[in-house]
Amino acid sequence: MAEADNVPYGRKTQHAPALKEVHILWITAGLGCDGDSVAITAATQPSVEDVVLGAIPGLPKVHLHNPVLAYENGDEFLLPFHQAARGELDNFVLVVEGSIPNERINREGYWAAFGTDPDTHDPITIPQWLDRLAPRALAVIGAGTCATYGGIHAMEGNPTGCMGLADYLGWKWKSKAGLPIVNVPGCPVQPDNFMETLLYLLYQLAGLAPMIPLDDALRPKWLFSRTVHDGCDRAGSYEQAIFATEYGSPNCIVKLGCWGPVVQCNVPKRGWIAGVGGCPNVGGICIGCTMPGFPDKFMPFMDQPPGAVLSSNLIRSYGPLIRSLRKLTNNTLNDEPKWRHNRPELTTGYRR
Amino acid sequence: MAVTTAPEATPSVMTSPGKLVEMNWDPITRIVGSLGIYTKIDFASRRVAECYSTSSIFRGYSIFMKGKDPRDAHFITSRICGICGDNHATCSVYAQNMAYGVKPPAIAEWIVNLGEAAEYMFDHNIFQDNLVGVDFCEKMVRETNPGVWDKAQKTAAPHAAEHGYRTIADIMTALNPFTGEFYRETLMVSRYTREMFCLMEGRHVHPSTLYPGGVGTVPTIQLFTDYITRLMKYVEFMKKVVPLHDDLFDFFYEALPGYEEVGRRRILLGCWGSFQDPNVCDYNYDTMTQWGRGMFVTPGVVVDGELVTTDLVDINLNIRILLGSSYYDDWDHEESFVRADPLGNPVDRKHPWNQTTLPRPQKRKFDGNYTWVMSPRWLDKRTGDHLALDTGGGPIARLWATALAGLVDIGYIKATGHSVKIYLPKTALKPETEFEWKIPKWSNAIERDRARTYFQAYSAAAALYFAERALAELHAGRTRTFSDFKVPDEAIGCGFHEAVRGVLSHHLVIRGGKIANYHPYPPTPWNANPRDIYGTPGPYEDAVQNTPIFEENGPDKFKGIDIMRAVRSFDPCLPCGVHMYVGNGKTIDTTHSPTFGVMQGAHK
Repeated sequence: MAEADNVPYGRKTQHAPALKEVHILWITAGLGCDGDSVAITAATQPSVEDVVLGAIPGLPKVHLHNPVLAYENGDEFLLPFHQAARGELDNFVLVVEGSIPNERINREGYWAAFGTDPDTHDPITIPQWLDRLAPRALAVIGAGTCATYGGIHAMEGNPTGCMGLADYLGWKWKSKAGLPIVNVPGCPVQPDNFMETLLYLLYQLAGLAPMIPLDDALRPKWLFSRTVHDGCDRAGSYEQAIFATEYGSPNCIVKLGCWGPVVQCNVPKRGWIAGVGGCPNVGGICIGCTMPGFPDKFMPFMDQPPGAVLSSNLIRSYGPLIRSLRKLTNNTLNDEPKWRHNRPELTTGYRR
Repeated sequence: MAVTTAPEATPSVMTSPGKLVEMNWDPITRIVGSLGIYTKIDFASRRVAECYSTSSIFRGYSIFMKGKDPRDAHFITSRICGICGDNHATCSVYAQNMAYGVKPPAIAEWIVNLGEAAEYMFDHNIFQDNLVGVDFCEKMVRETNPGVWDKAQKTAAPHAAEHGYRTIADIMTALNPFTGEFYRETLMVSRYTREMFCLMEGRHVHPSTLYPGGVGTVPTIQLFTDYITRLMKYVEFMKKVVPLHDDLFDFFYEALPGYEEVGRRRILLGCWGSFQDPNVCDYNYDTMTQWGRGMFVTPGVVVDGELVTTDLVDINLNIRILLGSSYYDDWDHEESFVRADPLGNPVDRKHPWNQTTLPRPQKRKFDGNYTWVMSPRWLDKRTGDHLALDTGGGPIARLWATALAGLVDIGYIKATGHSVKIYLPKTALKPETEFEWKIPKWSNAIERDRARTYFQAYSAAAALYFAERALAELHAGRTRTFSDFKVPDEAIGCGFHEAVRGVLSHHLVIRGGKIANYHPYPPTPWNANPRDIYGTPGPYEDAVQNTPIFEENGPDKFKGIDIMRAVRSFDPCLPCGVHMYVGNGKTIDTTHSPTFGVMQGAHK
């Protein structure tokens, strides 16, 4: 029997990816907390094992080099990073986690390092790794708000002068494949937001998707164009001017410090994990952790945002009216139609 | 192996003119954060002669928190750690509650306890079977100890009926990364336990619903239904996982006689207590001794098997932060913030309340300063020793202190004075089960790992109790979750908690309504610090330096698996280390050591 006969007819539906294999080099040694690596282990849409085991059709074979999950240790683990820096690893995506410390303000020493240089025996700093790897990467992704914009460690008064990827490489920076930096902010990153962005980039590298749509802050547009408030199930109480006065209330918590109306993030809509959890939707004030201005522009977190003072007072002028009109309608909807009864007569309007 | 197909490489090897061989692993993977281990190994006598441990990251929390609103502290300090940030947020809330003089409503405490229990269930689970487990998987054992793999294939698993794996080799195969059945199952378990966490604390790992004074979580029937249904799945899972690990770990003692020496050190354990009881805890420092003893994991210091104290005031006052060979200047000339505690006890200059962080980056020199960490110690007043307590990764210290204290008795859990009994009720497919964690003979790698599994069951059992108490509040209509407070102009506070991997304290000083001083001390600085000014080595050094080598590979293919198991048994979490260290190892007088490479200057 000819071999061709054994090929399933439907195989013609499958496309060979434009790129057969891709390495994901993941550096967690910026000023961060590894919370983004931990977050991706929570993702299911897709999961990390879906991507590594090739459960999604059309993707190149993925080799993940992440220190939290790697089998290898030490030099064995660092080998592909050194190979990539020497130009010996053709296709790789660089994921950076943690903010980039300013090592130029130190006369000597370092704020953060990843491995030791075999020649000098000095620790290799994060800017050194970026200088070596970014020019050779197909794409550079910032995972979490530290890597994207600086985040908590870049707070006013910080001693390290740390910054986000685009502050370091430049906002106009493009990879050798023509991709801008891709920022997936969040502190930490929402698990599925990151894995879905990675999936999109793998599709793009496989030739199955056009250029990833990004906004001015280099965020994927489909994830970050709407506000927290747009997706919050408490927005209904906001428009009726029912504001919580203490934590634990099921109503809108904008007067308790929630910045949801002006923060771009899909968490209330997507939930935190498998649709469970989130922020204002479950009673946690939005502290703006996906935003370039985080954290300083949102502090003190537990005070009412200045803008909310004005807008919530404006709503107070008509919110109660909407509420009472809705209550009126709601009351009639809570009554059954009058023809449902147990009397010995038919009043439904049916005629023989 | 699925994670990567990077070409094989061997660890850095430099053969010395003497008997010692330098073997370095930097970074150590499958932990959180960046840790490097530099050793000298005596292959002739098959033991680790010296161990140096290094990490290189400084972020400066205690610096940039100065002058901020103290109510921001839990949001900020959560970001210290990406796997147990919520432990920081919780501990910070405890410290703030003390400073503001506020007591949250009971249901808020039960909600926090349920959230923290879910964190232990998740975190120990993923660390044990997706990170540590790989050190015991088929691929690793075949590569390091083919003889052990042969034996494992012939060894029936004593508890096969409970966990379903016929031989020890079957367990090892199930632990293979990504392709192993049990590996993938635990990844899934790590997800629904995080869902449980998010039900109570909003987001993992940086919670959204924790506040001083209470929680924002809305206590509804559905909240607890959603939690309890997931919890019961985990309870059933535990009935398989505890016997599975007992079989695996007992096998190592049997297959490799002497394995109890791997990672072994003197029994010097600290536990700062976990899970507040709202019936006794009012966050008042004056009564901290009493409410500390009311915690559902008992605080305690265990020295050579003896319980030295269970008193949080005693624990607090005897914490000392010593400068090792670190990139900091001494704070002797800086201000003392707290001269006496609220009970009138003097507070030492080297206590976290009085610490000032003065970083000074500099070139790494092994004969000078080489670390971003200081050395936390606990002063044993009986002897005057500054003890290098370890947490053993958390569970072993928690179970040991709780067992000896004999205070916890909540039906599901009973501390007996020599053991801890853990009761798990009937589940869908498995009958009721009682596990008993007995105080082990050693503080070593295997017993640290074993305790982790038992503490997963402990957390599940505790959560069953907390859920009952929370539901009782809900059914009684006591659903308010928040008590209001005002931030005082001047105040101090301290919080004690157990991060997943061990002791956690937060010390706070408020002046002019702002943070004047704030110092978190998480577990990893306790476990992973260098020799202090008294010459006392830190726990990792101690544990690794005495480790015998069982790996069958010689220097050319050496993976250092026994060293990895010793280090990972402490559940290293380097972001928690914030200012991590390089340990200054013990020098072997009789061997000639190399004087080149990264170890240059290690000997004086």
